[in-house]
This record gives sequence, C-alpha cells and structure tokens, in this order.
Amino acid sequence: MPKRLASSLSYEVLEHVFSFIQSDKDRNVVSAVLCKSWYEIERWCRRKIFVGNCYAVSPKMVIRRFPQVRSIELKGKPHFADFNLVPDGWGGYVLPWITEMAGAYPWLDEIRLKRMVVTDESLELIAKSFKDFKVLVLASCEGFSTDGLAAIAASCKNLRELDLRESEVDDTSVHWLSHFPETYTSMVSLNISCLGSGEVSFSALERLVSRCPNLRSLKLNRAVPLDKTANILRLAPRLVEFSACTYSAELRSDVFSNLAGAFSNCKELRSLSGFWDVVPDYLPAIYSVCSRLTSLNLSYATILSPDLIKLVSHCPSLQRLLVLDYIEDSGLEALASNCKDLQELRVFPSDPFDAEPNASLTEQGLVAVSLGCPKLQSVLYFCRRMSNAALVTIAQSHPNLNRFRLCIIEPNTADYLTGEPLDVGFGAIVEHCKDLIRLSLSGLLTDCVFEYIGKYAKKLEMLSVAFAGDSDLGLHHVLSGCESLRKLEIRDCPFGDKALLTNAAKLETMQSLWMSSCSVSFEACKLLSQKMPRLNVEVIDERGPPDSRPENCTVDKLYIYRSVAGPRFDMPPFVWTKDE
Amino acid sequence: MSTPLEHDYTGLSETSSVERSSDKIPSSSSSSSSSTHPNEDKTTRTSLNLKGIELRLGLPGSQSPERKVSLFCKDLESNERSNGFAVSLKNLMSGAKRGFSDAIDGPNGKWVFPMNGKSDVELAKGAILASPRAVLEGKNKLPSGREVGGLPQSPKPVQDKNILVRSANEHSNAPASKAQVVGWPPIRSFRKNTMASNSAKNSEDAAGCLYVKVSMDGAPYLRKVDLKTYKTYKEISSALEKMFTCFTLGIQSLACTYIYFNTRYGTAAPMDLLYGESRLMDLLHGSEYVLTYEDKDGDWMLVGDVPLDSKSNEEMQEPELMQKHVEDDKQIKS
Repeated sequence: MPKRLASSLSYEVLEHVFSFIQSDKDRNVVSAVLCKSWYEIERWCRRKIFVGNCYAVSPKMVIRRFPQVRSIELKGKPHFADFNLVPDGWGGYVLPWITEMAGAYPWLDEIRLKRMVVTDESLELIAKSFKDFKVLVLASCEGFSTDGLAAIAASCKNLRELDLRESEVDDTSVHWLSHFPETYTSMVSLNISCLGSGEVSFSALERLVSRCPNLRSLKLNRAVPLDKTANILRLAPRLVEFSACTYSAELRSDVFSNLAGAFSNCKELRSLSGFWDVVPDYLPAIYSVCSRLTSLNLSYATILSPDLIKLVSHCPSLQRLLVLDYIEDSGLEALASNCKDLQELRVFPSDPFDAEPNASLTEQGLVAVSLGCPKLQSVLYFCRRMSNAALVTIAQSHPNLNRFRLCIIEPNTADYLTGEPLDVGFGAIVEHCKDLIRLSLSGLLTDCVFEYIGKYAKKLEMLSVAFAGDSDLGLHHVLSGCESLRKLEIRDCPFGDKALLTNAAKLETMQSLWMSSCSVSFEACKLLSQKMPRLNVEVIDERGPPDSRPENCTVDKLYIYRSVAGPRFDMPPFVWTKDE
Repeated sequence: MSTPLEHDYTGLSETSSVERSSDKIPSSSSSSSSSTHPNEDKTTRTSLNLKGIELRLGLPGSQSPERKVSLFCKDLESNERSNGFAVSLKNLMSGAKRGFSDAIDGPNGKWVFPMNGKSDVELAKGAILASPRAVLEGKNKLPSGREVGGLPQSPKPVQDKNILVRSANEHSNAPASKAQVVGWPPIRSFRKNTMASNSAKNSEDAAGCLYVKVSMDGAPYLRKVDLKTYKTYKEISSALEKMFTCFTLGIQSLACTYIYFNTRYGTAAPMDLLYGESRLMDLLHGSEYVLTYEDKDGDWMLVGDVPLDSKSNEEMQEPELMQKHVEDDKQIKS
C-alpha cells in the first residue's frame, strides 16, 4: 500500500476497519505488517487474544503488546494429557496469568481456559478483579472446588456464561449455586455436567433457572432426577441446548407424559446431550423436538441399536452425532439414509478394554455414512478392524473431509482383508482430502504412510501418531513435508534422534511436538536445546535424571514447543531441561 | 483344627480368605463347567443372573492380615444385552477392587467407585459368582505376578474356587503386563469415568438403592445391605459388624474358626462342632427361628433386609424357616 494512502487514513477509520477482522490469523497478519501505524493501531484495538500454549509467551509480554484486551483464551497441557500421559504437576497453572491481568485488564470480561490448572485462589481473584466479568469457560481443567465457584457466583453479577465442560471439580459440599444472589438474572449458558451428585442443589437450580429469562444453554449433571428435569424444562422453554439428566429405571406413565409435555414446549431446542442411564422406553418423550435437532450427543447412553435407529430416524436435520458403538453398522446405515445433513460423526467404544467386540460395529458403518452423507466433514471413529479398501472409498467419496481421526483399538492391526499395512488407505485420505487439517492414525503402518502424508497433507495442522512407522524416515517425511503442521503428537514409534535433529528448524515453525515412548536420547535433546534457543525442550521422566542413565537410553517423554518467554519457572522435578 | 476340605454353605472353598480374596474370580457363565460337583445346576442358574454385587467377609482369625472387604460383581454375558446393560459391571469391578484399608484411608474417606478406567484387561474379564464351584474359564487370565492392593497374590489359580483379584494401584501409570497400555485407546478420563459409573448405576435397584449381598464364612445365611445408605467405609464396616456380630460371638464362644452349616450340598459338617451350638443359641436373641429365603443365586438370605416393595424382592422365592442353630444336616436342606 502506498505510503501516502496509508497515512491518509485516520486512526478511527483504520480501527473501524480492523474491527471487522475477527480471525486471529488475519489480525496477526495485519499487525505483522505493512507499516508501524497499522501495528500500533491494531495493538490498541485488539480485544481478543488466543494463546495456544500458555508457556509460549508470558502474561507480561501479552499485556505489553496488547494493552486493551477484553477476552482471552489460554491452553495449557498438551493434548495427550487427556489420556493420562502427562504426569500430575507438570504445569499449566493459570494463576500467574490471572494475577497479571487483574492489574492490567480491569475490563477483561471473558476467560476461556483449556487443560489448565485453576485453583480456587484464581477463581476468587477473577471474581474480585473484573467488574464486568461475563464469560468463564473451563474445559478439561482441574484444581478447583465448589468454593471457587461460589466466589464467582457471588461476585460476578453480569456473568452470562459458566461452562465447566469435562473439568474435575472438588466437591467441598458448598451449595455454590445458592451464592448467585436473588438479583442475578443474566445467565445465558450454564454447563455443570461434570459435577458430581453432591454438588448441585435442585431448589437453588430451579430458582436460578426461573429468574434467568435469557437462558439458552443448560447442561446439568447426571444427578438431576427425571421429574426435576421436566420442571426445569418448563421453567426454561426457550432453551436451545439442553443436557438431559438421569433417567429412572422404570417407565412411569405420569413421569413420561410430564417429560414429553415439557420437551414439546421447547420449540427452540436444537441440541441434546447427557442421556446417562437412559432407559429406551423414555426416549419417545423427546420425539417432539427431534425433527429440529441439529446436534445429538448420545455418547454416554447405553442404548442399543434398535432404539438408536428409531431415534435417529426422527432426526432428519441432524448435523452432529456423538454415539457409542452400540449403534452398530445397521444403525449407521440408518443414519446415512435419514440424516443427509450430517457433518460430524463421533463413534466411541463402549468397552474399549475388551479385546472382543461387544457390538457389531465395523468399518462398514463408517463407509455407509461416508457414502450416504455428502456433507460429512469431521470423523472420529473407534473400531476394531479396517481395510485399505474402506479407507479408499471414504477418501474418494469425501474430498471435503477436514478432520479424520480413526482409532483401531488394537495397536498394529493390519488390513483385515489383505493382511497389509494400512498405508495405502491413509495415503488415499491425505491425497483426496486436500483440506484435511486434523488426522489421527492407527493400525499397522510403515514409513510409507508418512511419505504419503509428507507429500500430500499440505494443509494438515495436527497429526496424532501411535504405534506406527519403522524408522526415523517416517518422522522425517512428516517434518519435512507438512507445511502447515502446528501440532505433532507421537507415542510408541521408533523415531529417534536423526529425524529430530535434521528438522530442528521446522520445530520453530510449529506450536509443539510431543514424543513419548520413542527412541530419542537425552543427548539429542540437549543438543537440540542448545541449537534452538527459541525452543523449550522438556524431557519428562519420572524415573530420575536422564543423564544418570546409560548414554543410549531413550527418554520417556519429550515435549518441545516454541516460546518467546524462555524456560518456564514452574517446572516440577521430573521435567529435565538442558540446564539441569 | 483341621481345615475342612469341603465347601461351606455358600459353596466356597474353605481356604483362607487371603487366598480367596487375592485370586481371580472366574466367570461362571459357562454351563459347560467341568466341575462334577452336584451344584453344576446352580452354576448354570447363576450365570443367568445379571445383577448382584456381593461382599464377602473374612472370618476373624483367618490368615489375612486385616479384614478385607472387596467388591465384585457378576459377569454379564456379552450376548445378554436385552436391556442395554451389557456395558457391564466389568468396569465397575475392576475399578472397585481395593483393600479395605486402602478404601477406608482414601482421600475423603468416602465411598467412591474409583473409576480411573485403568482397568486391567484381565480384571475386566473376570467375574464373580456366588455360586459354588465356579470354574476358571479359558478367557480369564490371571495377571502375572503383580502386586495387588497390599496382598500377596496367590501364585496359581485353584480350581473350583471363586477367587478375586484386586486391581493394582489405580493411579499407577506403569504399563500392565498384557495390555493395559497407558492412555490407549485414547479415551479421555472423563469419558472413562462416566462410562464406568454408568455400569455401576445400571446394576442398581430401581428405587435408586444399591443392594449388595454380604456373606460371611460360616454363617447360615446371607444378608443384604443398601450401600447407598452409607457415606463412608467406616459406616459400612460398623453396620456389617453389627449384622454379623451374632455369628462372630458364636464363633468366638465356640473357640473355633469355622462353623459349617453347609449341608445342602451334602457335605458333612464337622459333627464335633455342632455340639457347641447350643451356646450359640444363647447368644442369639429371641426365638430359635429366623425366616430365610433362597434367592436366584442359590443363597439363603435373611428376610427383611430388602424392603418388601423393592424390586429386588422379585428374587425371593420360597421363604424357608431356618433354624438358627443346626442339629443335624437335614434340617436346613431346601
């Protein structure tokens, strides 16, 4: 842009223009940019910040660069922490961030955290420091109790959203819901589905629901019995999202009709979840809303295929379905013929630790959905067998897939038809699905599949690998070929020093790399760390100092991430870096 | 004192409770058990039982270092899925097995079904049974040499026994022998915990109670307790103690470890012990008789533990007056 033109646009105009640029990527481009004034303007008017790795940057740096932030999203532990691969105490503490922001951002109104350790102290600080606090989302977080929630409830009079999805909350038996004052009426979205049964008082809940006319999303925990469910639905007929509660074990017609009536009142309901302990006889109570449902999460429900088929046949508008493998191939075929708008499918295993399948779910189900649902974009599928042919079919019928995560439960499972590795199948996926941004591999895989991935998966941002590959060449293909790669997580693969050191520079272009139970030596880690000062190389090893073991001993877990903040100060004793 | 070779009234072998509690409980589901014991029919019958959780108490003076309470539950046939409960109590079981002291010293002292989901594959397959003579099935594997909840493991399976294995420290991240690889399959702990407690709930009584059968070695009948009415292990322990005091006192007063009332199965009770039971009678309050019934597992249960209107009373078959004391074999035969 010519200099003359740039300087002739006033500050206010530019600020107005920038306000239309919402995406973080685009905002980053704007500020990275063209001239100092744009950089300055952008930094002053930036309101939302997303930090994908809380250790990549320090809170002070963020505050210095963006002084007027209103909304922050932070992520802490690496993804594999979800599967217990990251030991307790590794890190991800939010308190330092809250402490800094409490002083610097008095108008902060949204905090979204994922996989972070949040203490009651942090929650109390939030409650005290941000006068207009509106949104608190704690996804897969831990370290806090109902005491902290009580502080939030008591102080945040403009709170609109409180979402504790999948967090671990300690129950201190505080009736925290009662801490919302009687004058509080702003709740729009409440998700407390992770709480145990002792932690919610029904009467407080009913009073809260009845005085919040803007409530649109309500996800309760499983301890709310059926008759209460109906009551609550009647108090909030404008709900868009609802998490259904515990169903009692036997069908009672009065309870049934009350529930059915309550549901039929909810004309705006689009998303249902929960369904723990549901008894199929009660399912027809929701039929009145099914035709409008776009999202259904049945992944905790032990309902079997015939009942699932009946249910999905009532839901032609379904876009998103989460379900257990009880749906079986027959259920997925029914889904494919009924739900032509389906965009996302997730099928979880009901009994993952049993080598014998307890439901007749195979790759055929996925193929059926793939062939029948033209809008399918996102797949997460657990099964026990797969074939290259099926993968090729899926790939060719779905070039618009953007997320494909396949988990064949038994590691190293070959193509059940040919006995071959599944390289060709996954190769077809990356070749045909040019917009693929997330991929998880499983089954028997050689270095070939990584060659395909490196060659074709140009838009891939996140790759998860387990029990795959033959040699360093596999890792090398990925690191040298995948241009858009941000996150790579690997476990139990024979990848070692060579690939890592050869591609050291690549690691600075990525957000993070996780490798556990691979073949990387501590020496290589130290070398990498020395070569690349802008990388934090963390060796996570609970067995003791890595250099106290023989030279050729490999590290247990390795987490490498780029950082402008330097080494962190809160490392536990089992994290080793080059300085120890 | 000679250790009796035959089974007691519950059909369990009279080895020490240590061994009993540290070995695996095999599935009883196979009706093709190779046992030639006359109770094979009971095995079959029991294998159809979908619900039921049983507590077993070791006798005082037995070899176990401390009183152990373990939970285990019945295996569900994978083809018995009519009501969607096939998810199975396996997960419940594997998570729930801990030594008594472990449980009672847990973080909050609360009764929690530990559902870390690090269930041992082998444990998940194992199942328990109140029936006598359950035989180890092929598919049940014993974990090899793993230390279990403070108890030394019994080195080899003993046929014809119901044996129980406790899971290893649930918080351990060490990869298991066969195959519980840590973090694989990649399922979030939140999901694992929720699914595991789904199974727990599915096995509950309709009224939202959790009735559990409690047997005590040597006692002539079993009891049922509603676990939901207790909040801590300590409470359960004292309640059970109260329930079985009469037998304990009887045993102690007789100065011997075992009393055998198992005459249904045709085993001979040590006659010499029976002569001491008049003292037992003194200790028991009230009348000489109690009302019992035989449930679908073939166990004799004391009438009254489960409220009459409760669903579990479906299983009550013919109530039977059982004498509190036994004079000879035939009297408590069904």
